Amino acid sequence: MGSYVPVTEKDREEMLQRIGIDSMDDLFSMIPDDVKIKGGLDLPGGMSELQVRRAMEKMAAKNKVFPVMFRGAGAYRHFIPSIVKSVISNETFLTAYTPYQAEISQGVLQSIFEYQTMICELTGMDVSNASVYDGATAAAEAVAMCRDRKKKKAFVSMTAHPQVVDTVKTYCFGNEMELVLIPEKDGVTDLDFLKENLDKETACVYIQHPNYYGNLEDASAVGELAHECKAKFIMGVNPISLGLLKTPREYGADVAVGDGQPLGLPLAFGGPYLGFMSCTSEMMRKLPGRIVGETKDRDGRTGYVLTLQAREQHIRREKASSNICSNQALCALAVGVYLSAMGAEGLRDAACQCTSKAHYLAEGLSRIGFTVENKGEFFHEFVTSSDRSSSEVLKVLEESDILGGYPLDESRILWCCTEMNTKEEMDTVVRILEGGAESC
Amino acid sequence: MLIFEKSKKGRHLSLLPPLDVPAVELTGGNQREQELHLPEVSENELSRHYSELAKKTHGVNDGFYPLGSCTMKYNPKINDEMAGLSGFTEVHPLQPLHTVQGCLEVLQTAERYLSEITGMDRMTFQPAAGAHGEFTGLLLMKAYHHARNEQNRTKIIVPDSAHGTNPASAAMAGYSVVSIPSREDGCVDLEKLREAVGEDTAGLMLTNPNTVGLFDKNILEITRIVHEAGGLCYYDGANLNAVMGTVRPGDMGFDVIHLNLHKTFSTPHGGGGPGSGAVGCKNLLAEFLPVDLTEGKGAYYFVDPEHSIGRVKSFYGNFLVVVRALTYLLTLGKEGIPEASTHAVLNANYMMACLKDKYTMAYDEICMHEFVMSLKDLKKDTGVSALDISKGLLDNGIHPPTMYFPLIVEEALMVEPTETETKETLDEAVEVFLQLYETAHKDAESLHLAPLHTPITRLDEVEAARHPKLRYEII
Repeated sequence: MGSYVPVTEKDREEMLQRIGIDSMDDLFSMIPDDVKIKGGLDLPGGMSELQVRRAMEKMAAKNKVFPVMFRGAGAYRHFIPSIVKSVISNETFLTAYTPYQAEISQGVLQSIFEYQTMICELTGMDVSNASVYDGATAAAEAVAMCRDRKKKKAFVSMTAHPQVVDTVKTYCFGNEMELVLIPEKDGVTDLDFLKENLDKETACVYIQHPNYYGNLEDASAVGELAHECKAKFIMGVNPISLGLLKTPREYGADVAVGDGQPLGLPLAFGGPYLGFMSCTSEMMRKLPGRIVGETKDRDGRTGYVLTLQAREQHIRREKASSNICSNQALCALAVGVYLSAMGAEGLRDAACQCTSKAHYLAEGLSRIGFTVENKGEFFHEFVTSSDRSSSEVLKVLEESDILGGYPLDESRILWCCTEMNTKEEMDTVVRILEGGAESC
Repeated sequence: MLIFEKSKKGRHLSLLPPLDVPAVELTGGNQREQELHLPEVSENELSRHYSELAKKTHGVNDGFYPLGSCTMKYNPKINDEMAGLSGFTEVHPLQPLHTVQGCLEVLQTAERYLSEITGMDRMTFQPAAGAHGEFTGLLLMKAYHHARNEQNRTKIIVPDSAHGTNPASAAMAGYSVVSIPSREDGCVDLEKLREAVGEDTAGLMLTNPNTVGLFDKNILEITRIVHEAGGLCYYDGANLNAVMGTVRPGDMGFDVIHLNLHKTFSTPHGGGGPGSGAVGCKNLLAEFLPVDLTEGKGAYYFVDPEHSIGRVKSFYGNFLVVVRALTYLLTLGKEGIPEASTHAVLNANYMMACLKDKYTMAYDEICMHEFVMSLKDLKKDTGVSALDISKGLLDNGIHPPTMYFPLIVEEALMVEPTETETKETLDEAVEVFLQLYETAHKDAESLHLAPLHTPITRLDEVEAARHPKLRYEII
């Protein structure tokens, strides 16, 4: 069996003697016998490191790693610079806990302060927290932070990622906010529905931009409608797109959230990722989660500390703004390194490459009979429809080790391109599908 | 110095090749106008910057970390290496099922191990952290009561010794919180519990061993009282490291639990996340679990429980954290799991025995995996507080215990050594604690000033909260 217990037989005897008991069993005498496990756990025996390695490698080998990928839908394959992996595998960053003891946690605290600054820069907002679990929970927390005594209704656009909508829905089952789903019209949020239905009980309106289908929303118009009835405007954004696109602030948002995964985190079968949350200074004290602030030490030196804790659960208990007490610190560290490595120019370049390649593939696919559904501008995702069955199209690509777009249904596919996709790969997709059309 | 202050226009890394297709620019008023300021640095500077920050941080790898309730055990290196296998890291969460069978096998195997350890029937890995698990578990309870048309069950009973997340999670789940006072020994007061339960009781949230490090002997009676009133019992798994292989929450009468894989199952805390707050439940709640449960033998697939509460997070949770935890579970196995727990308890009792002649223990009896000291007397005698002793520990390379928790103990320090520390490490730490005790009596002032040998001294937290400066202003 494997073990990480360093106490030897001799240590154990000395320790029991010091405690003043005879056996290890005496340590558990306060547990009534009738609840104790009889006969041990029904589990396989432990293993040596080499055996464990073989077992885990065997499982990993059962997964297929696609060398070429055109799938996004909430998780994106981007280039991750080596420096990111190097920094986050540092043993100290990896094994530290939440920086409660500021004097020996300045490294983690400063990295979060830098991360907060970068998120503010990206989104154009005043304040960022230290991150939450992922983009979906960030959206749900953002909706919850807009609630007040008289405003308990949340409008969420159905053009947002379905898993984000589902997560918000679950949180609303908890906090008993009323959720109103805004229908989709021509691939974007239905503004007429908003005009007719927003009222003074509305706490917030949430849209995703670019939305699930890759489309750009008329975000400013949504923001204006929300503000007319004194509701908050929340935008879910793709952080890479902010290299090119207007910031949520420029569109008039009060809160900006999103998933930070594209900024240096691997696909990893869905996690760990990170949710970023930022807002206007007006909403600062409603922002949930950890926040790091700058201050001075006794000798006047600049230092960083967890702050505004009066909002938090360990002080406020049931009156806290949220129960959240951790962040995704190591992921926030990765984001900080990624954005520093890319710089503003690099991020703009990545965003531009994403857009350009998505348009190149869309054009190629439309040449061979797929209809591109997106009517207006799109970022790095787009939807095609075709009379060819989606599963058949994707199967043909899979045979060539290509993970095609995400099938929305049997006729529509959601494609994604990033800077990782080369012209040659996209030409190959078009060529394979062109051939497939002939054989159909 | 901040990375922004090291920035100089014109410096950059060469990361991406030139664009190989025609450039497309977005128009239509969607172009960013606000200037974007990100650091412009070389890779060398960037690398050194973070090496410097790492030096100003204390991890489990840097020294003893007896932070009560947080189970800062050693994080085995093979766990990280396995989580870094490209077969796990390079897999898209929405790949066809037949291409991700290994991932589903990880989830199902981890579920099997952890269900056996906890005595639960089903488990979800979607929740990302302990508090997220609590929220999820409470929603299962809510869905259960609603399905039985008992919407009137709106109250969650939480002992006053509970973790702060318990009442906060209950509030997020739309419950009102009934706080019941604990007995002097931190255990549940059965009379108070009987008074508190009723037709409006949705359930009870409890940690056992409790937050003072004692196992509540009356546990079967406690869960019986709640069940008889029609409520459900929620187990906060923060303290599971004491009892794995000895007793199971399921056998104590709990219906739903969360685990902190980042505590009990050795995955690194990463400076405050990512963790994993897996939620397990008995069959009576399984139909309400979040979507995407793993099913199948040999060929695995996802199912959505019939009356699922829905989704609490994207995809399947912090998957790579589950990979690490499974690596640990396979390593320890049937015998290693109880061995870890019994030695966590041994280490805690040994340290307590070595300290109790000087320091006052909140409860002077055999403890579980952690113990609580009260520095009330020391403070009265010398003016040296739990905070001062903690700061004194910093100067000695030891991460302090959890301070001022549980709230029911004055000047509390909660010490959890974990099973992965040697007797020598414990002896050295005891020596430091005893020296600080002496210093408190001889030179209290020096402890009020501590720490002196850390990168910074005590920070002005009041100023930080009064005039929040939460980002670097780029000039």
